[in-house]
Amino acid sequence: MTEELHDVRLSVNGTMYEIQVPARRLLSDALRHDLGLTGTHVGCEHGVCGACTILVDGEPMRSCLMFAVSAVDHELTTVEGLTNEDGSLSPVQQAFSECHGLQCGFCTPGFLTTITAGLRDNPTPTHEEARDMIAGNLCRCTGYQNIVKAVERAAVLVDLAEAPAPEAGRRP
Amino acid sequence: MTTKLMGQKVQRVEDQRFLRGQGRYVDDVGIAGGARLLHAAVLRSPHAHARILDIDVEAVLDLEGVHAVWTYDDLADLAAPMAEPLPLLIPHPALTHGRTQYALAKDEVNYAGEAIAFVVADDRYVAEDAIGRIRVSYETLPPVVGIDAAREARSLVHEDVPGNIGARLEQNVGDAPAAIKAAPHTLSLDLTVERSACTPLEGRGTVARWEPDLNRLQVWTSTQSSTGVRAAVAVKLGLDLGQVDVITPDVGGGFGVKINHPWPEELLVPLAARALGRPVKFTEDRREHFISSAHERGQVQHIEVGFDDDGRLLGLDVEFWHDHGAYTPYGLIVPIITSTQLLGPYKPHNYRVVFESLYTNTVMVTPYRGAGRPQGCYAMERTMDAIATYLGKDRADVRAVNFIQPDEFPFDQGLIFQDGRELEYDSGDYPASLEKIKALVGWDEFPAFQAEMAAQGRRVGIGLACYVEGTGVGPYEGAHVHIETSGKVKVATGLTTQGQGHATVFAQLVADELGVKFEDVEVVTGDTRRMPYAVGTFASRAAVMSGSAIHLAAKRAKEKALKIAADALEAAPEDLEIVDGVVSVKGSPGASIDLGTVSVLSNPLRYAFDEASKAATQFSVGDPGKPPVAEDDEPGLEGRDFYSPERATFASGMHAVIVETDPETAEIKILKYAVVHDCGHLINPMIVEGQIHGGVAQGVGGALYERMAYDESGQLLNASFMDFLMPYVTEVPDGIDIDHLETPSPLNPLGIKGAGEAGVIPSAAVFAAAIEDAERVDRPALAITAMPISPSELYTLRQEHP
Ligand code: FES
Ligand code: FES
Repeated sequence: MTEELHDVRLSVNGTMYEIQVPARRLLSDALRHDLGLTGTHVGCEHGVCGACTILVDGEPMRSCLMFAVSAVDHELTTVEGLTNEDGSLSPVQQAFSECHGLQCGFCTPGFLTTITAGLRDNPTPTHEEARDMIAGNLCRCTGYQNIVKAVERAAVLVDLAEAPAPEAGRRP
Repeated sequence: MTTKLMGQKVQRVEDQRFLRGQGRYVDDVGIAGGARLLHAAVLRSPHAHARILDIDVEAVLDLEGVHAVWTYDDLADLAAPMAEPLPLLIPHPALTHGRTQYALAKDEVNYAGEAIAFVVADDRYVAEDAIGRIRVSYETLPPVVGIDAAREARSLVHEDVPGNIGARLEQNVGDAPAAIKAAPHTLSLDLTVERSACTPLEGRGTVARWEPDLNRLQVWTSTQSSTGVRAAVAVKLGLDLGQVDVITPDVGGGFGVKINHPWPEELLVPLAARALGRPVKFTEDRREHFISSAHERGQVQHIEVGFDDDGRLLGLDVEFWHDHGAYTPYGLIVPIITSTQLLGPYKPHNYRVVFESLYTNTVMVTPYRGAGRPQGCYAMERTMDAIATYLGKDRADVRAVNFIQPDEFPFDQGLIFQDGRELEYDSGDYPASLEKIKALVGWDEFPAFQAEMAAQGRRVGIGLACYVEGTGVGPYEGAHVHIETSGKVKVATGLTTQGQGHATVFAQLVADELGVKFEDVEVVTGDTRRMPYAVGTFASRAAVMSGSAIHLAAKRAKEKALKIAADALEAAPEDLEIVDGVVSVKGSPGASIDLGTVSVLSNPLRYAFDEASKAATQFSVGDPGKPPVAEDDEPGLEGRDFYSPERATFASGMHAVIVETDPETAEIKILKYAVVHDCGHLINPMIVEGQIHGGVAQGVGGALYERMAYDESGQLLNASFMDFLMPYVTEVPDGIDIDHLETPSPLNPLGIKGAGEAGVIPSAAVFAAAIEDAERVDRPALAITAMPISPSELYTLRQEHP
């Protein structure tokens, strides 16, 4: 029994990758194991924890709930693609560092991508909106206190930079 | 002078990697090696209790991409010790019937999830296809599920363990039964706590590579004890210890579950790597983590207490039954901690505690953050509340009359603790903590608030719980500090890191002691190549044990640096200081030498390899009348030391919570959560507070949401994040008020105590108290005796107390 392989072109963080994968290969596995982009983490493989969240055309998606073959023709952004062009930390990343928004770091990529998109859509969240923005992601280490602070701090940093949140992965 | 970093909120150095997606967790290892990496999957028992009659792997053999399929019968040929049961890590004389599983089940399975067969294939998908083709015939046996069934012992988990009793342990101080008999007042309580689990976001995982050219094995594993795994792998694979390296990469959370070792896969993966000559990886999925790692917490408790008119304890008699699951690899650590740490900050005068540790056909039980303390705290604090209610006294006052006073330290509780040493508290100030927590939560103002709310038809309640936590248990940790010729400082300690920011806090300690720039210090943890002597990360011991060892090792490196610099500068070592990596004569900064150059001089050379090293060659340095390396010296600017305390150091704290319960739906809402915490001197308050936040969130989960729902056949019904209710942000308090007290420990050079577990210890106790307080506005007889508690359970309780 040989599994049929499909030629798949994936555009991730502005780079085009060509891989051959079976139809059942999860996008999360393709990113991690075929492309070597191991920043995206897998915490549950059933769509609940949010650790695997990436941006698909700028919108947060659980890469464990997508097949690699269905990600063609989309712009994908992973945590590796969030930094500013000069390699410095983006406002969201910077805020996580300043506010101690991470401990083991395993859930962090999913929070960073989610908040990046969240602040783009709502650059000035209220406290309640900041909590709401992260309400679909699990973290076992931080008790979320400092992640909420990081969302609020990131909004300030975005504002200070006087630039909109990076249009990560948005289709032109 | 540069400012001291000890006590500062220094931002974490590890974050730079994590935030860029450049963390390196075990499942990230080996990917660069491409297609050579093989993947493993495990066939697990679908039955809680069954005899294995036959395993047919025929259908797997012709599956393309499969490299190996093993059952128990294959193990002896691969390495003889693999056919023996897994090690019983912590033997205890009272553990008369300890049992551990085999790496792959032999003849019988004792929990749903136990490993039966192991497949190695080109990728995980194919490995799981193969698992699906293995046919096993079972003869099912009656399962023992829950503490009641274990005690009834109508069926046995292990045929040769009568009554399902793995251990029975009794400890006595004074004569509790007699004291209770003579006491003016007595009460008895029956309490239960259900099972929960650590559930780190990253499950277990292991990668191994056999290096034929070097004849050695490299293992990466997501563990809390790399030296423990190394020793186990060497023994089980029949290798010399020196042939095995274990590297703990970044770990996505541990909380206790990863202290148990070796897991079956931690041995099978290296075995496969050696047998197949290719690197092999096993990464646990979420369902596997629920059914084949470990759980904790489940206990049933019976308490008898005698007390005087002030609520002062005269005698305390506690009996409890601890569900340890199907096997006992981690010995009696959890129930021993419950039985000793139950005493908290109080003096019971007469105390008897006896527990039975029981087998059930469920996932085994090993420590989860708190490790038996939450259950002990729950027993003691529920008792304090019951005494206060009985006497009509303020709950805080009853606690206060029982406190060990600040002038009574060191205070010997007269028991033997989990490390085999006396339970002797080193320091603390419980009355001061109580004052702080009362102020922080608004204890004295609460009755007015409660009445005001009641007038509006709202039900609010307040709870208070106190704990003492023995942290930093032995036997030891070590550290190695190396100042390189570049002036950069490389530090290694053997215990592992799962998010506690060790690379930051340990660098703070080194920068302070050595007088170097924080940025120049790099810390490695959990790599047996760098520090082969270590114990592990558990019992809130990393800062105390490795922190102290690193401090001592840095001191040694500094002494050596000053000696060499003193020679070079023709000054006395006492007259020198090191600031920002430069050694100079105090008061005359012109006479100076940087640490990099000192490092060059510390290693007499024959061969120069760059400009700087010329200074250390044989025609440049040294007294021709003496050997280049003195008899009592070694080349290199290094310091190595170990810290091994006589006993644990005891941190303490108090939590208080205000909750509101909905009169209609019985929904439970947290209005305020307050923590007073004393872990001695703080190295980095930001990190300590982060630990408290995380602990409190886990405590909220354990008190209100999380439980392992087993059915009567031993199936875990909620083995996913969809059904096991781990808190999201919406379930945790919006803000946690924290106040610190710093009572230094006299036992270690930095005066620190552990901080990792504290946040979770009082949760069940404090929530039970607050919910009970809210409910008693309408129903004075309602008592909360089972945790966790859901709205529907609270609703049922209300029906029972109309
Ligand atoms: S791994 Fe995708 S949501 Fe958990
Ligand atoms: S930081 Fe560890 S799970 Fe969030």
